[in-house]
Amino acid sequence: MKSFDVVIIGGGITGLSTAYYLNKMGVKNVLIIEKNYLGSGSTGRCGTGIRQQFTTKEHIVLMRESVKLWKEWENSLEHPIHFKQGGYIWLLRNNEELKQYKNYVKMQNLLGVPTQIISKEEIKEIVPEINTDDIVGASWCSTDGNAYPFEVIDALKFFVESKGTTIKTFEEVKNITLKNGLIQSVITDNDIYYTSFLVNGAGTGAKKTAKIIEIELPLENYRHQIVVSEPLEDFLNPMVVKGELYFTQTHRGRVIGGTDMNESPTDSISTSIDFLEKFATEVVKTIPQLSSIKIMRQWAGSYVVTPDHHPIIGPSEISNFILGCGYSGHGFMLGPIVGKLLASYIIDGKMFLPEADNLTIKRFKEGKLIQEKAVIG
Amino acid sequence: MNDSLILICRCEDVTLEEIKEAFNKGFKDIESLRRHLNIGTGPCQGKTCIPLLEKTLAQLSGKNEIETISTRPPESPVPFGVFIKRGKKE
Ligand SMILES: Cc1cc2nc3c(=O)[nH]c(=O)nc-3n(C[C@H](O)[C@H](O)[C@H](O)COP(=O)(O)OP(=O)(O)OC[C@H]3O[C@@H](n4cnc5c(N)ncnc54)[C@H](O)[C@@H]3O)c2cc1C
Ligand code: FES
Repeated sequence: MKSFDVVIIGGGITGLSTAYYLNKMGVKNVLIIEKNYLGSGSTGRCGTGIRQQFTTKEHIVLMRESVKLWKEWENSLEHPIHFKQGGYIWLLRNNEELKQYKNYVKMQNLLGVPTQIISKEEIKEIVPEINTDDIVGASWCSTDGNAYPFEVIDALKFFVESKGTTIKTFEEVKNITLKNGLIQSVITDNDIYYTSFLVNGAGTGAKKTAKIIEIELPLENYRHQIVVSEPLEDFLNPMVVKGELYFTQTHRGRVIGGTDMNESPTDSISTSIDFLEKFATEVVKTIPQLSSIKIMRQWAGSYVVTPDHHPIIGPSEISNFILGCGYSGHGFMLGPIVGKLLASYIIDGKMFLPEADNLTIKRFKEGKLIQEKAVIG
Repeated sequence: MNDSLILICRCEDVTLEEIKEAFNKGFKDIESLRRHLNIGTGPCQGKTCIPLLEKTLAQLSGKNEIETISTRPPESPVPFGVFIKRGKKE
């Protein structure tokens, strides 16, 4: 009989980060089950962005703490993850936006995030290539940044494997059994594993996985596309955001970015020319010099979205079934802090940030939704 | 010939030796190898190297069947400017 202290469904950042903190806190008998290859879900498809410029206390505090952990990861993981604090420059298109973001900045400052409103001239000092004709200023946070998803996946994989975590890839969770109202085992297409705790970090598969044990998660999958260019000389340090558009330059010199197509929920992750047209139009308006830059690759992935655009983390109705899903497009940046919170919950029975307690599944039953307004691409 | 001199991916400069090392570290399928080594992500988008990688991988894993991957648009690099919607309102 194969038994584990903790079984984790999903080999994306949620699963790997949770295993990382479990291992760090002394729990070594951990199993990650991934139906495809590691990073094959949204993590390997994401836009690399890590920001603290949010509009709710929950998101701002969690991201402030996550950035501290990203720094720790950058300094301590053996395999380089290319975490860089190049900042996020959020271009504001009219006075109404400016007024709104001044309020967000106040809130972020109160919670310890050093955002500031900057002028067109200051924008030019940070990124001289930005066309400022149709903007009035920007919200700028120099400690936001990005990291490279597949390097993060590799770094965490090497770490957790060296600590004794077992990773099974190309194996799919098909069933879950309960005993006395608690999870007892997980059945895959290959084997059966007994466990004390089960973590649902299954991304787009989280809803289906919870349904096996009759837990309803209010999640919907939305397709989001993204594109990368040929490699260029380093010229762009921050992530640039303008309306629905976002883009930055990776450590390999490529411009990477996306924009929102405002589609209805779908499980499709095919790509479209419409997306390229919208992205190209918006990006070239923002930095005209990008017009002649060649596109290398385009792909799509899913945002797994909750009704209030905040993740569902922590305990569920079944006390040994732990949730880490529904990030609504922010799960990569939240990865470190969510992993640490979930590991703490498993070990100590509590998450160490009060803001995290507002993000459990309970809020939907109790009608305590939190609205996030700063959702992009 | 020395494996470190056998270039499988010219665009991203990946040698047979590096592929073998990665395979031994547990990167045993094309998609994982592609992400780990960036093989197949250069300007030719793997047109030259992916078939070679498929063959190498079949040999390393002792399998007869060859795994293939999805190709991603665009087929060959095109500038952003080509896709701009001119005159249209946003
Ligand atoms: C285009 C795009 C851009 C994005 N940009 C950003 C960004 O800039 N910053 C940011 O923070 N976030 C971004 N996101 C969101 C981010 O990618 C996700 O929130 C995050 O990766 C979620 O990680 P995860 O580990 O929870 O899920 P995933 O990475 O999706 O991992 C879940 C894994 O579970 C596996 N799985 C599912 N069902 C089963 C099963 N039954 N058995 C076994 N395994 C199973 C899947 O194969 C998958 O690998 C973006 C997303 C997209 C699509
Ligand atoms: S030879 Fe490998 S991408 Fe071109």
